[in-house]
Amino acid sequence: MQTIPSVTDGASPLCLKEREQSIITTGKSNPRINCVDDSLAGAVSQRACVYCGARVVLNPITDAVHLVHGPIGCASYTWDIRGSLSSGSEMYRNSFSTDLKERDVIFGGEKKLALCIDEIVEKYHPPAIFVYATCVVGIIGDDIIAVCKSASSRHGIDVIPVESSGFISGNKIIGYRVAGNALMKLLTPKEGEVIEKTKKVNFLGEYNLGGEKWLIERYLRELGIEINVACTGDSTVASIKQILGGFLNLVQCTGSMHFIARMLEENYHTPYIHVNFFGAYNTSDSLRRIARFYNEPRMIERAEKLIYRENERIKPVIQHYRQKLTGKRAAIYVGGAYKALAIIRQLRELGMEIVFCGTQTGRPDDYEQIHGMLQPGSVIADDANPAEIERFLIEKKVDLMAGGIKERVLAYKLGIGFVDHNHDRKDCLAGFDGAVNFAHEVFVTACSPVWKSIRNQPAWEVAHV
Amino acid sequence: MSDQKVNHRQVNENQCQACMPLGSVIALKGIEGSMAVVHGSQGCSTYMRLSMVEHFNEPVDIASSSLNEKQAVYGGEQNLRKALDNVTRVYHPRIIGVMTTCLTETMGEDIDQMIQVYRKERKDTGIDIIPISTPSYSGSVTEGYWTATREIIRYYAKDALPHDGINVILPLVSPADIREIKRILDLMKISYTLIPDISSTLDRPYGISYEKIPPGGTKPEDIQKMSGARATIQFGTQCPDSISPGLFLKEKFGVPLYNLPLPVSLHHMDQFIDTLYTLSGNPVPSSIMLERGWLCDAMADAHKYMAEVRPVLYGEPELISAIYTLCLEIGSEPRVIATGSPHYSLMDDDVTNTDGGVDRIVLKDADFASIEYESVQRGVNLAIGHSGGKILTERHGIPLVRVGYPVHDRLGGQRIVSVGYTGTLTLLERIANAYIEEKYRTYRQSRKAEYYDTGEMMHAES
Repeated sequence: MQTIPSVTDGASPLCLKEREQSIITTGKSNPRINCVDDSLAGAVSQRACVYCGARVVLNPITDAVHLVHGPIGCASYTWDIRGSLSSGSEMYRNSFSTDLKERDVIFGGEKKLALCIDEIVEKYHPPAIFVYATCVVGIIGDDIIAVCKSASSRHGIDVIPVESSGFISGNKIIGYRVAGNALMKLLTPKEGEVIEKTKKVNFLGEYNLGGEKWLIERYLRELGIEINVACTGDSTVASIKQILGGFLNLVQCTGSMHFIARMLEENYHTPYIHVNFFGAYNTSDSLRRIARFYNEPRMIERAEKLIYRENERIKPVIQHYRQKLTGKRAAIYVGGAYKALAIIRQLRELGMEIVFCGTQTGRPDDYEQIHGMLQPGSVIADDANPAEIERFLIEKKVDLMAGGIKERVLAYKLGIGFVDHNHDRKDCLAGFDGAVNFAHEVFVTACSPVWKSIRNQPAWEVAHV
Repeated sequence: MSDQKVNHRQVNENQCQACMPLGSVIALKGIEGSMAVVHGSQGCSTYMRLSMVEHFNEPVDIASSSLNEKQAVYGGEQNLRKALDNVTRVYHPRIIGVMTTCLTETMGEDIDQMIQVYRKERKDTGIDIIPISTPSYSGSVTEGYWTATREIIRYYAKDALPHDGINVILPLVSPADIREIKRILDLMKISYTLIPDISSTLDRPYGISYEKIPPGGTKPEDIQKMSGARATIQFGTQCPDSISPGLFLKEKFGVPLYNLPLPVSLHHMDQFIDTLYTLSGNPVPSSIMLERGWLCDAMADAHKYMAEVRPVLYGEPELISAIYTLCLEIGSEPRVIATGSPHYSLMDDDVTNTDGGVDRIVLKDADFASIEYESVQRGVNLAIGHSGGKILTERHGIPLVRVGYPVHDRLGGQRIVSVGYTGTLTLLERIANAYIEEKYRTYRQSRKAEYYDTGEMMHAES
């Protein structure tokens, strides 16, 4: 392993000097971490951009068209990348681009954007089109709001501008906010339109990557609760427009949806509670709190029955994996803090020790929570880069890494197991089923015979070296 | 014979290409000790990393100058300088390639000037910093790749003493393809400088110590000597002259250029060996003749199946041109030939054995909506290309043989071989077997539907 020289002396410090405040060790010195800051130039941040944040939040709306206004790359990199599942339309799995060329950049792209919208409407008649601004559009100053407004009245559908120029400060988090604004535009009733309140819940910050929304829907039905709409997993334009009919908002991914929950509370008096369906403990706790919110004894009873039944069902399986995994050391690097917290809890339930934890978009209070959950001597890093992750994977003798694709290849190169908790996974990780799936996935990689097999060197190879 | 068609719709629906800086980064990764700084907003570098990681299954580090709105208005020089500083500290690169993006090109950033000033101030670093202009609205991965390769050669190549070696300039192929080309060059006992060489930088074996910049790649000192080479072989028949690395060496240093098609297919591989034979005068070893013989044998075995294959080919211009030749020489008629690059021309003259009557279309600057439409219209029954074509399978049941970049939904994108006699054989059998698998899966039902008489007709008549 190479050492990482510092900016100042090249001796052997931890990392780039500007990054020192973003990495802390629990139980030592100052627990304050520097976060919610722009990424350091040249540090190889794992973060993406404003556009990315906006696109991942809105993309799961299944029957909407997502039109990226800019040169080809941004649309190309985000074509069908998010594994959210649909029970109906597959429109969202397409990626549309205005494919701006040099000419358009010089003379402006508004005309082309309008033509693209017309072509899309003619071919597909979608109920809504989201138009994303990219970096170039922000610079050349195309008025996408005006183009969308005029297209909207021309076609009688929602054409919603998403102001997501990639260079806007704050990257992915601002992308969530921008997506939130777009959603608010979509769900705000037109004049004279009234949306009836129901007893249903909205499930905000659930993206149905592996069928999670459907599984939780089953649980809630057993309690006697219907989901009005999930935001945005397996939703439709029409269902998003019914969001005000929700009686309560359940907020799971806080990073992306806290804004919407707050707006709905402020503007429409819909209360919200935080939930988290990753892991048996979190699932049980969330179901209890939902039932308690309704304050109906029968519902609470049904919740307890479900929780007891499911916990009893999975206990032996989890116990089996726990025996195999106890004492193993884990590292976590994910996008959002709510995910990090859920994974910490789940890995702890499996008897593992978390020695490194970082996020791309955590906020100070998130890091306080993470700090409180880890044992002394663990490392916490905001906006970590591959050099830092590599360093801690080796230094902390990690057996398992939880993260996304970029972390996967690094872990494998270092001979470390990996569990995927990102947008391209295909399996359900929520609820009680998800807890079992997760434990199984952790086990097959952390305890895989492959690490021993490939580490063993044949005698002739040793002799050769 | 073939319709040439440019996409006349305004909207691009499901992209068959990615952006220029990505191609540029891939080429740069084939140079020893190199690190990339993408001058733009943070997202660009992350997207490119994701794309490369998914294909190569390797850690790929790409730095960004991480511009925000402030720099977008006032200029990104300070960020670029900081990025260069930080990359130097963490990675100790020998070379840093600086790629522009659509953002910085639109802002009008003069990176040549910025780098010059930076270098003047940081005299002692000993790092070569190469500016590469890649505005993504001006081309695709293909153009970015050629541009970077040309710029890197332009940076290093100085007047050098004439020598016996040859230059080999590659289009975007897999690391495994490059290893195969090197093996052939070694068998022909030719000394060469091959560029860009991603054969080990983007496909490293497990077990060697992990380094942030993977070992391997074309050495700068070898690139310097390219100007003195006996000849250049460039697999770049589709490469525009303005960004052709081989043409640069020819025009600037007078190095004779053999601009050959990618050695996929019997015909193209024969051309390659022929050129090596002519250039070196070395006999072709029997092992290569054996491999050629095995390919011919496989072609005979596969020809009847291949005659039933009506493929769509799409992806990198060089690769699809070569696979097109392979199809024609075995008697399969491609119906749709498409690339997301704006530069492509099909060269029918390469192959004599074409059936003039076949309805065939060539699409450049294509998207998958047009590829899908034309494929269905023209009765395509097999797709050959990168992972983007998975929609043809999902929506129309057309089997897909994955080759090219990117292959992100299967393992081993970095190890797909299709060059050389052996690689062609492998590719050919993958194609034929994909067809056979589909045929055997469906023929019982098809024949029954076509011919089995339930007797209902007779019954109805009587």
